[in-house]
Amino acid sequence: MFSPLLDIRDLTFEVSRQTILDRLDLAIDPQEIHALLGANGSGKTTLAYVLMGCEGYVPSAGTVLFNGANLLPLKMHERARSGLTLAWQEPARFEGVTVREYLTLGKQDCDPEPALRQVGLAPDRYLNRRLDKALSGGERHRIELASVLSMKPTLAILDEPAAGIDMLSINHIIDIIRALKAAGGSVLLITHQEEVALIADRASQLCAGRIIFSGSPREAVDHFRGRACVRCDGEVCNYVRA
Amino acid sequence: MSELDELRRTLPMVGAEPSILDDTRIAHVVAHGHRILSQRTVPGLRVEMEETPDAIVGKLIVEAGAQIAQPIHMCFGLAHPTGVQQIKIDVQVLEGAQARVLSHCLFPFAQAAEHRMQAVMEIGPGASLTYTEGHYHGPHGGMLVLPHATIKIGKGARYFSDFSLLSGSVGKLDIDYLVEVEEEGIAELSAKIFAHKTDHITLKEAVMLRGERSRGLIKTRVVLEGQAQAEIIGITEAYAKGARGHVDCMEIVQGQAKASAIPIVRVFHPEAKVTHEAAIGSVDKKELETLMARGLSPEQAVEMIVSGILR
Repeated sequence: MFSPLLDIRDLTFEVSRQTILDRLDLAIDPQEIHALLGANGSGKTTLAYVLMGCEGYVPSAGTVLFNGANLLPLKMHERARSGLTLAWQEPARFEGVTVREYLTLGKQDCDPEPALRQVGLAPDRYLNRRLDKALSGGERHRIELASVLSMKPTLAILDEPAAGIDMLSINHIIDIIRALKAAGGSVLLITHQEEVALIADRASQLCAGRIIFSGSPREAVDHFRGRACVRCDGEVCNYVRA
Repeated sequence: MSELDELRRTLPMVGAEPSILDDTRIAHVVAHGHRILSQRTVPGLRVEMEETPDAIVGKLIVEAGAQIAQPIHMCFGLAHPTGVQQIKIDVQVLEGAQARVLSHCLFPFAQAAEHRMQAVMEIGPGASLTYTEGHYHGPHGGMLVLPHATIKIGKGARYFSDFSLLSGSVGKLDIDYLVEVEEEGIAELSAKIFAHKTDHITLKEAVMLRGERSRGLIKTRVVLEGQAQAEIIGITEAYAKGARGHVDCMEIVQGQAKASAIPIVRVFHPEAKVTHEAAIGSVDKKELETLMARGLSPEQAVEMIVSGILR
């Protein structure tokens, strides 16, 4: 029996006395793609920020083991150096920073071209462009994913990686997620898009800060579609069949 | 070491190669204090600079239709801790001419010195001037730097300026530029400043869009650390049909530094438009966290963001 790569137990996060993550349990295995489904406001992005250690996202209770080690005392860059990273739903724009610099981030021996090609962007057209407002949302998203690929993380949290991507390019995104797994990594895949979720090995549904279902991606998608969460409060999540 | 050699040795600090002063295809003026140490001209360019007891005074004239292939280097500075330098210069780019001027202001050892520049520039109809001014100051601060200029941009002419002070501590810097733009003229003013210690920066740039379909852009990027202070005033006024202007100011404040930005936009014609944006604050949190999520330490992330802004 092997230990999960990421082991989350009883994770609780509150803001202004409102519970956003409510004793959440979740485990992700090595080289697993785990899709996380849930309605808007269910806590998916908050979970991503808590795991990454973003400022202001300190949990009030619970444990998170990553590769068997306690993740929560680590600072954000220490978590990244231990193999965890996050691709934001709305990636930041940087005035003056080029795509090449962003994909290498100080690593002299890193070749950014393969990752850029993998997300469907021609290196000769993009490497010297700046990560500023001149890039479209879709281009910026792809570069964000290329940057995750370049990093070769043990666990990549992808928050809506296909948001703003045109329909014809969804397959590129799916290929990238599979490439992360093929390189030995795991993926926590936050998505609303069924065709993206279905590539996962397992999937969970988050509702009012708790995991209310885990299973195969097909089962999780059907569960999410068939049962609308109409009220979530108190001890029990009162989701009902639609 | 001679003063010329000292200034020449400092040129790489503003991105210039010392060998440009030996190249006969490249025009230059080198002045230390109120003495002209070296000058050269090229066909199509008249350089008429004179020494006076209290200033370097002169003209730089690009003849009508002339296309000066290589940048004209103006190298001003002081190689001693104290001293005064005043430059009074008329720059005329006559009709249809094109030139680039690289102005290098070098004060590597200054501790209690003064540098004043009073420039009058006229860009003739259809002419183009790109004026890049790079400052290098040593670590001591204590200087008073006063670059003041009045620039007139003729019909269909173009003027692009780029001021940068990215190394060392200046002391007190007070920039005052007034630009008048005629019909279909274009003025783009860019300034990048990194202020340290107790530096005090005042930057006032005003663009008057007098002519129809004239264009103006003021773009300022200032990063402050230590106890530095900055007041940035960007003024654009549009007086004619189709005139368009924009003021864009960003200041990053670190440590005990203080900053203010005052964009002033005025429109005096119903078919003119001027917009502005100003942002002052610490380094953007999301940018910082994005880089830290890739493994950069907070210090490395700030350095990367700041150097990007000042690029």
